[in-house]
Amino acid sequence: MTLFHWTVLFVGATFTLYLTIAWLCRVRDTKGFFIAGGGVPAPANGMATAADWMSAASFISMAGLISGMGFAGGVYLMGWTGGYVLLALLLAPYLRKFGHFTVPDFVGDRYDSSTARMIALLCAIFVSFTYVVGQMKGVGVVFSGFLGVTPAVGVFIGMAIVFCYAVFGGMKGITWTQVAQFWVLITAFLIPAIAISLKLTGSPVPSIGLGSQVLEGVDPARPYLLDKLTRINEQFGFGSYSDAYDENSGKWNRLNVFCVCLALMCGTAGLPHVIVRFYTVKSVKAARWSAFWALLFISMLYLTAPAVAGFARYYMVDDVAGLNGKTAQELPEWYENWNKTGLIAWVDFDGNGEVAFTNNLTDAVETRGDTAIMPNELMRIGGVPSATRDALLEDADAWVASHGGTADGGAAAKAELLGLGAAHHPDRDIIVLATPQMAQLADWVVAFVIAGGLAAALSTASGLLLVISSSVSHDLYYRVMNPQASEGQRLLVGRVTIGVAVLVAGWFGINPPGFVGEVVAFAFGLAAASFFPAIVLGIFSKRVGTVPAVTGMLVGIGFTAFYIVTQKADVILFNPEVAKAVFGEPGQGLRRPWCFGIDAQGIGTLGMLLNFAVTLGLAPLCKPPSAKVRAMVDSVREPEGEGAAVAIETAPGH
Amino acid sequence: MHDAPPPPTPQAPTPPPDDPAVQAALNRYWRTNLTIMAVLLTVWAVVGLGCGVLLADWLNQFKLGGYPLGFWFAQQGSIITFVLIILTYCILLNRLDKKHHEEVKAIRNGGSA
Repeated sequence: MTLFHWTVLFVGATFTLYLTIAWLCRVRDTKGFFIAGGGVPAPANGMATAADWMSAASFISMAGLISGMGFAGGVYLMGWTGGYVLLALLLAPYLRKFGHFTVPDFVGDRYDSSTARMIALLCAIFVSFTYVVGQMKGVGVVFSGFLGVTPAVGVFIGMAIVFCYAVFGGMKGITWTQVAQFWVLITAFLIPAIAISLKLTGSPVPSIGLGSQVLEGVDPARPYLLDKLTRINEQFGFGSYSDAYDENSGKWNRLNVFCVCLALMCGTAGLPHVIVRFYTVKSVKAARWSAFWALLFISMLYLTAPAVAGFARYYMVDDVAGLNGKTAQELPEWYENWNKTGLIAWVDFDGNGEVAFTNNLTDAVETRGDTAIMPNELMRIGGVPSATRDALLEDADAWVASHGGTADGGAAAKAELLGLGAAHHPDRDIIVLATPQMAQLADWVVAFVIAGGLAAALSTASGLLLVISSSVSHDLYYRVMNPQASEGQRLLVGRVTIGVAVLVAGWFGINPPGFVGEVVAFAFGLAAASFFPAIVLGIFSKRVGTVPAVTGMLVGIGFTAFYIVTQKADVILFNPEVAKAVFGEPGQGLRRPWCFGIDAQGIGTLGMLLNFAVTLGLAPLCKPPSAKVRAMVDSVREPEGEGAAVAIETAPGH
Repeated sequence: MHDAPPPPTPQAPTPPPDDPAVQAALNRYWRTNLTIMAVLLTVWAVVGLGCGVLLADWLNQFKLGGYPLGFWFAQQGSIITFVLIILTYCILLNRLDKKHHEEVKAIRNGGSA
């Protein structure tokens, strides 16, 4: 059996499993459609939440990011798991006690304001939507890479599947399919990680392997893996792997690492598709346990990802086991496999016949200290027009030689390639998908990893679609537009919304706007700057009324969005010329990091602090909440009375 | 065919808060809850943002096996701590809920007797 056959087999088998579960659990009434009937056991809900949360970004991209960033990559690990602590301690039990469908519902009722509800609603839809687009793109990449179809066909297949079980199963189907998806994705992530750890360090636990010495067969000197990584990183001009804030860490200084980390943490806690999970458990007690189980299951992947990152770095950069200094005949098989996708491509600009994977992006040899660093020759050429790409994949040496064959010709070839849309360094998304091949595991393991990547992308996409659908049909249609709507009408609106959202997300998945990755990071900042303070203060303060909360949200989200727009004007305004006209020259005035040098990814932290400051500053000056709202806050805090909450679920008609 | 169910309304606290003994029990419960939360969030901040971010370069001079300590906190230790924080919270709060439940029950029984 070839890799293709194994892939079809595993992907087919796992999809059949998901769809069967969705079909068996199909539901008819709105309550079950959106929140799974309120009766999912805590560990199962934890697994479903974990699958929901661990998206294509966690599964495919995160280890690749850490691999390139070293120490600073920890912001993603800490940010996304640390946010869970906030969620579990500050939000989950109270929102479960509140017992409504959605986050905008809580914000709207707590602040007794349809303005607040609409702001929360728009944020929820925006945040969820940027996520779905990212997932759809991931699905397209995985399918196209392994089934040999074009990315567009890959996205179509993914759209059809997501639509089927989101619409026909509702969340009940999704909860149980997501339990299945959790097991597929976690097994698929751990098997190659354990195998590669055994191969490099002899330890079966990847987290221990990363802190161990490499085996004698790999390096006779037996250095500690992390010391070795730092050494080879420095040898080829990259920043240190494990040191923090050294002179090579670029924008990742102490302040930026702190701000990005905190923005990710608070953004995680404010993410609507994760919060809605806590409505699916029986009681406040179960909501707490469910958060614990979720983080426990998530930590299985999050503790392993940094190890995968380190191992992959070793296989990429090292001059013995890795790519550096290899000749065309010595290149490993995994390189050959991935070269076909154009996501990694060695172009021998200087014609010396040896791979140079370095951080020297100039045309001349650079000397740092007493090490000479060759110009980088490892590129990604996915965005290059297909004629040039085919010529490069056919015979890169001949393509370079056609530019004259001299050193100047090599430099001209590089400039031309970069002008055509190529970029330095391989695509980071291949790291996780390539590790099984780096460790020379059997084809069926590779196929299983592909099934895992798809499980990660699809589970998150379907969870998010449910949030979008419930936001539109419940918060917008039922609570604002048509309060008399029957259950059937609301269900119909929910399903139509899913259909429209899948089509739009699919369109963006086929025609990615080129900044999906960044937009996803900004979604966290916006969630942190808008929802998070409103929900926390809504629960922990009885003094904060409508006006301060709405003002705070508007200030937080306005400041954060404005800063992001000024920093990323080129992509957000679609055109560098427009950006220049509106905000001036790049790197000048508003277009440099004008706020303490904070990166756009971390600005949500400042937006959140502003939101808190404005809300708390205005609170004593404005009207306190009504007696009804104060009673509601009391009842949310009061752990008693959840028997009645269960009674809602078993009310007539359910 | 279902009729539209009434929008779920927040539950009135049971028993009603106008009973001063019950209100006092609820206030005690809330204060203990806030204390537990403050302690756990302090641990969260010190380990995650402290050891993992702000002090990471200083901690890197120490070693844990092959891991520089700051790097270990950033990529391993903080996550392990986070799991333990939530576990502690679940155990303490669920125990507190139970204690509160019995207190309120005792007050109600005493009141109706």
